[in-house]
Amino acid sequence: MSWEVVIGLEIHVQLNTVSKLFSGSKLSTGAEPNTQASLVDLGMPGTLPVVNKEAVRKAALFGLAINADICRHSVFERKNYFYPDLPKGYQTTQLAEPIVGAGIVEIQLESGEKKNVRIHHAHLEEDAGKSLHEDFHGMTGIDLNRAGTPLIEVVTEPDMSNAEEAVAFARKLHAIVTSIGICDGDMSQGNMRFDVNVSIRKPGDELGTRTETKNLNSFRFMEKAIALEVERQIDVLEDGGKIVQETRLYNGDTHTARSMRSKEDANDYRYFPCPDLLPVAITDADLEELKAAMPELPNARKARFIDDYQLSEYDADLLSGSVATATFFEAVSKAGGDAKLAANWVMGEMAARLNAEEKAISDSPVSAEQLGQLIARLKDGTISSKIAKQVFEACWAGEGDPDAIIEAKGLKQMSDSGELEKIVDDIIANNAPQVDDYRNSDDAKKKKKIGFFVGQAMKATQGKANPQQLNQLLQKKLQ
Amino acid sequence: MSNAMHNKTLTELKAGLAAGDFSSRELTEHFLARIQQHDGELNSFITVTAEQALAQADAADTALAAGNGGLLTGLPIAHKDIFCTEGVRTSCGSKMLDSFIAPYTATVVEKMAAEGAVMLGKTNMDEFAMGSSNETSYYGPVKNPWNLERVPGGSSGGAAACLGARLAPGATGTDTGGSIRQPAALNNITGLKPTYGRVSRWGMIAFASSLDQAGPMAQSAEDCALMLQAMAGHDHRDSTSLNEKVDDYLGALNNDISGLTIGIPEEFFPDTLDGAIADNSRAAIRELEKLGAKVISVSLPSIKLSVPAYYVIAPAEASSNLSRFDGVRFGHRCDDPKDLEDLYKRSRSEGFGDEVKRRILVGAYALSAGYYDAYYRRAQQVRRLIRDDFARAFEKVDVLMGPTAPETAFKLGAKKDDPVSMYMADVFTIGVNLAGLPALSMPTGFINGLPTGTQVIGNYFREGQILNVAHKYQQATDWHKQAPAFGGDQ
Repeated sequence: MSWEVVIGLEIHVQLNTVSKLFSGSKLSTGAEPNTQASLVDLGMPGTLPVVNKEAVRKAALFGLAINADICRHSVFERKNYFYPDLPKGYQTTQLAEPIVGAGIVEIQLESGEKKNVRIHHAHLEEDAGKSLHEDFHGMTGIDLNRAGTPLIEVVTEPDMSNAEEAVAFARKLHAIVTSIGICDGDMSQGNMRFDVNVSIRKPGDELGTRTETKNLNSFRFMEKAIALEVERQIDVLEDGGKIVQETRLYNGDTHTARSMRSKEDANDYRYFPCPDLLPVAITDADLEELKAAMPELPNARKARFIDDYQLSEYDADLLSGSVATATFFEAVSKAGGDAKLAANWVMGEMAARLNAEEKAISDSPVSAEQLGQLIARLKDGTISSKIAKQVFEACWAGEGDPDAIIEAKGLKQMSDSGELEKIVDDIIANNAPQVDDYRNSDDAKKKKKIGFFVGQAMKATQGKANPQQLNQLLQKKLQ
Repeated sequence: MSNAMHNKTLTELKAGLAAGDFSSRELTEHFLARIQQHDGELNSFITVTAEQALAQADAADTALAAGNGGLLTGLPIAHKDIFCTEGVRTSCGSKMLDSFIAPYTATVVEKMAAEGAVMLGKTNMDEFAMGSSNETSYYGPVKNPWNLERVPGGSSGGAAACLGARLAPGATGTDTGGSIRQPAALNNITGLKPTYGRVSRWGMIAFASSLDQAGPMAQSAEDCALMLQAMAGHDHRDSTSLNEKVDDYLGALNNDISGLTIGIPEEFFPDTLDGAIADNSRAAIRELEKLGAKVISVSLPSIKLSVPAYYVIAPAEASSNLSRFDGVRFGHRCDDPKDLEDLYKRSRSEGFGDEVKRRILVGAYALSAGYYDAYYRRAQQVRRLIRDDFARAFEKVDVLMGPTAPETAFKLGAKKDDPVSMYMADVFTIGVNLAGLPALSMPTGFINGLPTGTQVIGNYFREGQILNVAHKYQQATDWHKQAPAFGGDQ
């Protein structure tokens, strides 16, 4: 009897504001420890927080993007606990009245199926600092540069039932926050952090005890960590054991996870409304202004791609998944004059090379204009698709624009039929046994055997023969 | 000439400076000398900043000579040691911050300095402003200049005592549950707690953030008006500081008060109240009637719940506010911590005194899972009832009046082991903090040689009216001019 998997996510999205949530310090980008921490960030006695309006605006924009209710008077609360990198002894966060209420995110699965994942709420909160355990001889160094960085924590309902759905949701959320420009989406830097709650049960049973797995800094690790945890839970339960509610830490390098703390260690956080901050007021006018400024959302973009470019749902979903990819695709499509080819190249050759070299599309050595030019040459018959791959490689290697490469390497398809005819005649004259063999074969065999002559012709023309033209010519001459 | 200087009000000293009767340096040296001579006994200062004071005095004299004087130019002021002062120890009366040199300056101190005030030093106070007798200070108790065996009240006890003893002509205080008004009453001085949000809390070490408010303390209402004029105003660094325009407090002092309606909350004169305390306040109210005010009786039925509500809300906020004192970044750190938990436990156990620990425990308990609704939430509901009571009263009256404290200064140590009796010292003042209203205490006579005070409570942002009422009273009486024998001219 199979197990049913129940997954919910908690996602910390670092807002790309200029300054911190409650102080004027700039957000840290690898600065020397404690150089981007003000009196407020250090929790100095007598200092007070002042909420960053830009962070509030970005959180509300996110709420609108997932069709959520926006709380008109959301309340900051203090979550009290002691930790060395938590300078005030409490984290300023939201609990009872978060800025973003219940919302919906629609995801697309590879099967073509769509699914709604419900968002329970999203709240604004400040990040903690960092504890540095190296270089301090048995002591811990504290870097408060990150302390006070604005986050929204997005909490889903337990609506996902396998790793594919969880990853599809995570990618969609990534697409949303990057599309509306509230987060740079860099998971490797922890700017988007996913915690996965997993439980299993027999179909029809109550929800099982869940565990939370942290530290998933890529979609791939998320997928693997879920599989690992599901497997572990099944093993435990099938061996007659019990799942302990706990927080687990996943290590992507070793593909292992370990228990970090159990529920028994949980603090009583003594939440209460922060008396230093007034409720965050959002007016109708604020919401109207935000709606007017709302950038195109991933699902709207996807619908447009389907309409404008006649892409499949799945292709459209992939290409609309990030602003960078979508922008790149549209530029290629425009420059190349063929959306289908553009989609194929961006998701095929291009994606493969980027993956292989672990590059972001924004760092691609082949620009959208260059790829577009390549596609244009492919489309107008200047080069064959085989040659196109060669040109792409040269372009990737920095040898110039496709046109220049084609010219310099003489890769233009042979379109002069007289020239090609002469080459074909030569091949037929010089390969009498193969010609006889071909002529004595039935149609099915002929189809295979013509390959020999095509190969010879390609060799003679260094691949520049137009494959269609060559085929027609060979068929005619070999009759 | 200089012998008389310390008996003058800020207003008189300002006139003297303007007339060139004396320089700010002479004035400052005079008060520094008095502190040097008498404060050993009184213990009203934790830190005296003589060098800095003289430099500020010289700068003030230059400014005055150039005709560039501000509101407070050249006037010596003592700041409660709860306000951060850059480069100067800011202890908050605690061992925890005994070594803490503030890296920045509180808005209140900054604003007064910008108006030319000279800082004499930092005054003693109950540890983290938690206390009503100044006995919880790490730096030892402050004595009441009217009777050295008695307490000066608290938590702004050092400020009130140094004013009473004429060791400073003006001082800042803070008031969370009566910490300006109660010591003002016990030392025969005038002190004002402004509307919550009128004065910036930036740089004022937090006790209970939703109640804390800084205010002026001086010999007269007129002096308080002068100081408040410099202290008040919106501060973008404090989200709870209100963006209301600052009234002309000095200009309103002499407004006619005939037609003013004074409300007497019956709850401020309970049967159990010391008859002599009640008599002094009633006499003060009669004095105002003579000046044309009308008196009516009102009721604040929920006010009796103010002490219990306060002793949930204030400790709850304090328990969180004081979490930052963990031995990690500043303040007291225990020797040789063996691990993180040991660092926290010993640094805090050693750094905090008993009353602070008691309130942290009470506050953490009131906020803990399972008790939040019964204590914290309930206390907030009571707070709303109290605010509504006051709002209803202010529909009928301009100000409310009653005794500031239920008794005169008690003996040092008398309530040390009875926290609840100590908490009752603020029974008449706490409701005002819960409601966020402004209130002033002014001297209104003596009982057995010990001062008593009467409170004037106003509606939100009506500091001008309260000061006007108190000033009119002080024009007609001279209780506020009485000084103790202590530190007098031999």
